[in-house]
Amino acid sequence: MGSLTTVPRAAKAEDPAWIRWTLTAVAVLLLTVLVIVPVVSVFVEAFADGWTAYWDNLLGDPDTRSAMLLTAVVAPVAVACNVAFGVAAAWAIARFHFRGRTTLVTVIDLPFSVSPVVVGLMFVLLFGMQGFFGPWLRAHGVQILFTPIALILATTFVTVPFVAREMIPVMEAIGPDEELAALSLGANGWQIFVRVTLPNVKWGLIYGVLLCNARAMGEFGAVYVVGGRIAGETNTMPLQVDMLFQGFNSPAAFAIASVLTLLGLVTLALKTWVEGRKKDLTQSHEDAKVES
Amino acid sequence: MSILAKNVTKRFGSFVALDNVTVEAPSGELVALLGPSGSGKTTLLRIIAGLEFPDAGTVQYRDDDITDRSARERNMGFVFQHYALFRHMTVFENVAFGLRVRKWPEDKIRSRVTELLELVRLDTMGHRYPAQLSGGQRQRIALVRALAPEPKVILLDEPFGALDAKVRAELRAWLRRFHDQFHVTSIFVTHDQEEAFEVADRVVVMNHGKVEQVGTPVEVFEHPANAFVMDFLGNVNVFQAQLKDGRVLLGDVELPVRQGAVVVNSNGKADVYVRPHELDLEAGAGDGNCLRGKVMHVNPAGAVVKVRVMVEDFGLMVNVDLTPDRYKSLAVRVGESVFVSPKSAKIFEPDYTI
Repeated sequence: MGSLTTVPRAAKAEDPAWIRWTLTAVAVLLLTVLVIVPVVSVFVEAFADGWTAYWDNLLGDPDTRSAMLLTAVVAPVAVACNVAFGVAAAWAIARFHFRGRTTLVTVIDLPFSVSPVVVGLMFVLLFGMQGFFGPWLRAHGVQILFTPIALILATTFVTVPFVAREMIPVMEAIGPDEELAALSLGANGWQIFVRVTLPNVKWGLIYGVLLCNARAMGEFGAVYVVGGRIAGETNTMPLQVDMLFQGFNSPAAFAIASVLTLLGLVTLALKTWVEGRKKDLTQSHEDAKVES
Repeated sequence: MSILAKNVTKRFGSFVALDNVTVEAPSGELVALLGPSGSGKTTLLRIIAGLEFPDAGTVQYRDDDITDRSARERNMGFVFQHYALFRHMTVFENVAFGLRVRKWPEDKIRSRVTELLELVRLDTMGHRYPAQLSGGQRQRIALVRALAPEPKVILLDEPFGALDAKVRAELRAWLRRFHDQFHVTSIFVTHDQEEAFEVADRVVVMNHGKVEQVGTPVEVFEHPANAFVMDFLGNVNVFQAQLKDGRVLLGDVELPVRQGAVVVNSNGKADVYVRPHELDLEAGAGDGNCLRGKVMHVNPAGAVVKVRVMVEDFGLMVNVDLTPDRYKSLAVRVGESVFVSPKSAKIFEPDYTI
């Protein structure tokens, strides 16, 4: 029995402390400058003239009230359209192989690659007076541009990818077996969808809806072009912020901006919560697969 | 209640999964589709279930042509390999699913589900979720879920493949007992020969999208139709023998092939198939009709002792199965010399060489 020699503890495979501290400090600094300071300053500016002025700015001005109402209508409608489309497209893409499947996936991603202003221009080319449908629309007394309809169309188009792209991997991960089991047990398409598919994908769907809604509420470029920026009629909240700011009414602009920022923070909180639920569900799927 | 899949062909792109296959499951029988991966057995099962549709051929239930009916309309229970239980529903709701979509009254649902849960001894688990069950429990739930709507036919896709050996054996026995009691026409897919033999009334051996042989387990094992069936069902030794004067010879050793089974080949050679239990080991040369070899490996576990012998003259590794008593009386060990003598052998037409 030889003598026991103590072996020096192996050096930890980690960066030296000073590197860690420096990188962390840089990250915190960037985060503060680029994110925290602007967000805080929005609220500071919004309340610069006091609480009364704040509420007055938000609720006293009819144009601002209409802007908030418009956003409260346009965003949910866009989200609803994209939920219908996104779920249907994701189900088709995840469950079937059909000609044009890859094209559909590419088309869904298209709004990501196109600048929102270009999207707006596209709608003008389609529905404007000199546009593709222009004569037909004029003949039937229908106007699309410079009305809330155009806002809805543009916002829906720009937010198409959010629900669909979220649902496709979720549906693929779940797999078709449960749905096939339901089919073999005598369920029709609708029953399968409501009783089997939806409960399984609900967290992915909620996540997609959150992202879609956040993007829809903040949409600026496309609605700027198709709406015509008519105060009180086709100004959504972001457009109203811009109009007020250009009109040198900073406190009012920041007041609305603070509402948008608050909505953004709420979205962030919900998103984090849903992500946690989604991860739990995915983890239990993986565990189930491994076990079986 | 009989099922007939007739002249079924199915292609996936350029891959032919099923090539003009005809399989019948007579009323009340338990039929096993047995074959290696890629043989087409699962595809055939899914076509019968209506989860896939054939490129050619028909599926008949009794005398009705149900080829174009969807799975929903066929009223056949299907048990998936990985259970496919509804993960967000309780065990009770899982089993009740088929009844709820058929709008059974609530009290009938309750009594039927309870009855079925008791049948598989899981009546205390009704409120649990599938994730809280073990593999064997999940499979039992999958089984009774398929049985709940009183289907006329049950289809099982490698139902015990994902379970450990002991649970598998239990469930196999349960399935056999259940079938003996209720006589529901059943078709199940497996790649495990032992499972097929233990459970099924009739075995359909498949390979590369074709049916190789159909028969009872005994028929198929004792009288394999071709080399593939013989090799797939249990270990087999293959010898390249010479045909001379109507005798089959491996060197000087005559292989006792049944009269009339000899097929004369153009170059006088033939593949001869001998099962491990059809060879015997001797310590001495005996009557001379034997091959000398060296014991390379002994596997004593189980009801037979598996001995691997290297026949040096031919460079052949031969598998021999002995009863434990015989092995004990021989008292041979690894590295020692033995003599291998054939008790019987089989020969097939040259087409079926593996």
